[in-house]
Amino acid sequence: MALTLQTFPTADAASAALAADGASRYLGGGTLVVRQANEGDLSFSTYVRATDPALSAITVDDGQATLGASVTIGRIIADGRLAHIAEAAKSVGGPAVRNMATVGGNLYAPAPYGDLAVALLALDAMVEINGGPVPLSAFLADRYGTYAHSVLKSVSFALPAAGGLRFLKVSRVKPKGVSVVTIAALLEETDGTISSARVAYGCMADRPIRAQAVEAELAGKPRTADGIRDALTMATDGTSPITDAIASAWYRSQVLPVHLGRLLLA
Amino acid sequence: MAKVPVQFTLNGEEKAEFVESGSTLLKALREKIGDMSVKGGCHQGTCGSCSVIIDGELRLSCIALAETCSGAAIETTAGLARGGVLHPLQRAFHEGFAAQCGFCTPGMLMAAKALLDRNPSPSREDVVDAIGGNICRCTGHEPIIQAILSAARANSVNAA
Repeated sequence: MALTLQTFPTADAASAALAADGASRYLGGGTLVVRQANEGDLSFSTYVRATDPALSAITVDDGQATLGASVTIGRIIADGRLAHIAEAAKSVGGPAVRNMATVGGNLYAPAPYGDLAVALLALDAMVEINGGPVPLSAFLADRYGTYAHSVLKSVSFALPAAGGLRFLKVSRVKPKGVSVVTIAALLEETDGTISSARVAYGCMADRPIRAQAVEAELAGKPRTADGIRDALTMATDGTSPITDAIASAWYRSQVLPVHLGRLLLA
Repeated sequence: MAKVPVQFTLNGEEKAEFVESGSTLLKALREKIGDMSVKGGCHQGTCGSCSVIIDGELRLSCIALAETCSGAAIETTAGLARGGVLHPLQRAFHEGFAAQCGFCTPGMLMAAKALLDRNPSPSREDVVDAIGGNICRCTGHEPIIQAILSAARANSVNAA
């Protein structure tokens, strides 16, 4: 089937075009959708893109960051204001992919992709879509439903303190393999005790998810091997790991507690 | 099939072609312009064989649409050697036995050039990261890493 590209000056115009044509897909950096076309996906015949400069803007103000959906992973790494999420951004692909892949595309990426989205979920990010702010967790749960034919405009989050965001991507192929499991954790500690925790997983479901049982168990515990032991026993609660060529669901569920423990104690 | 005009600079030369709407830059370079230095490997953005430099950034021509490159400056391996003289990276690859079947080589060279253009004195870790998206199934990467480091050292000696 012949493919065509339609270019619109605004995200709203592109969104309208997407909504009007079920056989269209939004083109961000192309790392997902052009790949699908190359693989012979016949479910769409039109690429839709928007060239609105606002989609490529990075704003950092008073500890709050807003990234336009078209901001590339490479630009996040290069922007010193975003240094505290750079490690998560660097875990995405090689340099060429990072120069093309967008933060918006990462939020739509199916497991085992979407490593940056895991970090953004731990940061409790909000996305702007369909005219308003939506919690990232709610967006991820409905990204292929309500938001499948919408144009995501931006993602906003409070920048973590230096070293505040703990991030680990486990991969069998070094340095740039696909994720076995990805974990991000944002801990608040008072006198060595975890006062609150936000923990997110990648590859432990069809989308990045929060580890709510772990978060609840960690609260009020010292960040020691003894203190996190009970939390690790419930590391897989609420998960439904994927199986792919990299790892089985069983394998992912077995190694998750080990890596979660290492990340929390690092 | 809709055809659209695309203009860009390829290795310093102006190019203008009509391409099929929605077609890739890889297809335009190879089938329209005849730059066969760019290799199509996985067509999934995974192997790096099709790497080119677009406006100074390493990108993958197999998943970049030709239309989105209009007005851009594109560099490929075909533009590395000048006047019959190999680029220092090409020379280092040749002298360091960093190519075997050669299929990954154009992408490796462009990944290395993109690195050295912005960081003329990379560490080994920098080189490993720079070619992290390029797969070689013959040489095992080590000779390639050494060749890139060797070219960087030669550049720094020449610049001193």
